[in-house]
Amino acid sequence: MATLKARFNGTVGGFRLNLAFEVPARGVTALFGPSGCGKTTLLRCIAGLNRLPGGECILGDEVWQQGKTFVPVHRRPIGYVFQEPGLFAHLNVRKNLIYGMRRAGLDHRHSAQLAELTRLMGIAHLLERRVHALSGGEKQRVAIARALLLEPRLLLMDEPLSALDQDNKNEILPYLEQLHARLEIPVLYVTHDRREVERLADQILLLREGELLASGDIGEMLTRPDLSFGRARDAVTVLDGQVRDYDARYGMSTLQIDGGTLEVAGNLGPAGSCRRLCIAATDVSLTRDNSHPSTILNRLPAVIREILPADGPGLNVLLRIGQSGQGSALLASVTRKSVERMGLEPGQKLYAQIKGVSPLATATASALSDRR
Amino acid sequence: MTGAILLTLKLAGLTTLILLLVGTPLAWWLSRNRVWWKDLISAVVALPLVLPPTVLGFYLLLAMSPQNAFGAFLKAHFGIVLPFTFEGLVLGSVIYSLPFVVQPIRNAFEAVGRGPLEVAATLRASPLDRFLTVALPLARPGFLTAAVLGFAHTMGEFGVVLMIGGNLPGETKVLSIAIYDYVESLEWTQAHILSGGMLLGSFLLIFTMMLIEKRSGRLY
Repeated sequence: MATLKARFNGTVGGFRLNLAFEVPARGVTALFGPSGCGKTTLLRCIAGLNRLPGGECILGDEVWQQGKTFVPVHRRPIGYVFQEPGLFAHLNVRKNLIYGMRRAGLDHRHSAQLAELTRLMGIAHLLERRVHALSGGEKQRVAIARALLLEPRLLLMDEPLSALDQDNKNEILPYLEQLHARLEIPVLYVTHDRREVERLADQILLLREGELLASGDIGEMLTRPDLSFGRARDAVTVLDGQVRDYDARYGMSTLQIDGGTLEVAGNLGPAGSCRRLCIAATDVSLTRDNSHPSTILNRLPAVIREILPADGPGLNVLLRIGQSGQGSALLASVTRKSVERMGLEPGQKLYAQIKGVSPLATATASALSDRR
Repeated sequence: MTGAILLTLKLAGLTTLILLLVGTPLAWWLSRNRVWWKDLISAVVALPLVLPPTVLGFYLLLAMSPQNAFGAFLKAHFGIVLPFTFEGLVLGSVIYSLPFVVQPIRNAFEAVGRGPLEVAATLRASPLDRFLTVALPLARPGFLTAAVLGFAHTMGEFGVVLMIGGNLPGETKVLSIAIYDYVESLEWTQAHILSGGMLLGSFLLIFTMMLIEKRSGRLY
């Protein structure tokens, strides 16, 4: 599998970068960090919009920047979605969409891709409109489709939702999830919104003040005790599940996860298919007793790994699923009072009761690599 | 009288055309570049705004004169003599009206900003391609203003023409000089016809420009 390799040291556009990384070019990689940490600058350097002398950027076997080599932006096989949609005001939607295709040497007259993407992004009915007549969400969807139509080898997205209000955000996120599930193009996604990371990312590059703080797969990163993700009051666990069967009588699917099984409402696809599941820490409670009945269907044996201080009055308990704690990590949000009353300590075995499991639309990492 | 009108239109038309060709790259450079001496160039371009036309005409006359280096060079290599010729007037007008064309185009380019050009770059457009297919169309309203101002300003010039062109019928006798002559010789009717025509023509020109600007403002 191709990797994206980058190394940038120095100051450009008022931001200091001092980092190097090599990540597999697959799925969605979130560049995550607070505002002003250099995420956008890093993305611009990777695109070639900014030039940081001495930097290095290599995708697979294509050298974009190294030593004296610097491939200008318009010769890099990228797609770029800016914070502001940046549609050309003098062209209508269709002409905006094919502006790049023509220059990339793609046939835009009989393009199945054009038809498919405009349908997927819900903009097929807007093609002949002038762009100023579109809503913010529609504009950004056109911008995303325009970038994807270039058939890029790498899609760069710079906080594509940040300029939108909450309604427009909620409108676009499902489209992004769809894309994620269906496209094979690796994506670098800049955001400071943890929700977007949880819903979209496969791996995370965590930045702080122009440096790389940590990187890894989403499931691991969200539950790492040394990072802030697991300490948030609204922390979540993201894990991959494989559908075992579907019980039409109750409308419930059974999924195999690492260390146990979960029952989830809804038909989540044919047996064997992979789904990403999201469990809010506040939807997980802990009990020592597995005998008394409960309306909560999912009760899994688990082992306490660590008790993390959370923002606010509560604590987040980091668990590993399974009798001996060999399975996936899981976060449970509890009160200080409960921890004292139950005498919770690392190493203890108990049961995690999971009240809510949300399946995400995105493909799982394993499904992504299967497609290759 | 018709001779003066036609000559003036020819001068203004030709000058505007040359100014658009020269002014566009200059305005583009001024709107993009950040070298320290850019402001120096910018001030030189704007100089005709404040310089008395007679002063400009005086120095142009000196420079064009075959007794001086520039004039001698033109005469020796191209056989061109500029003072008191139509060609000399065109050169003078181009310099005189330069800021009226460069400034609106530069403002328009600056209003377009970097954003659309960066977007075009990520859509595989080369620098020239970006300029032609994004910067130019988006700056279109500025070009209209530039053309109208350059044309109108050249129509009305007097001091520079008098200094370097003189008053040769069919060659350098433009409208404003003709009006001056009519008034001098107390031919009020002719002066009225020309001045009234200029007034009406100028008003229509500016009014049309504003209407078009308003319309394109709605479009973008």
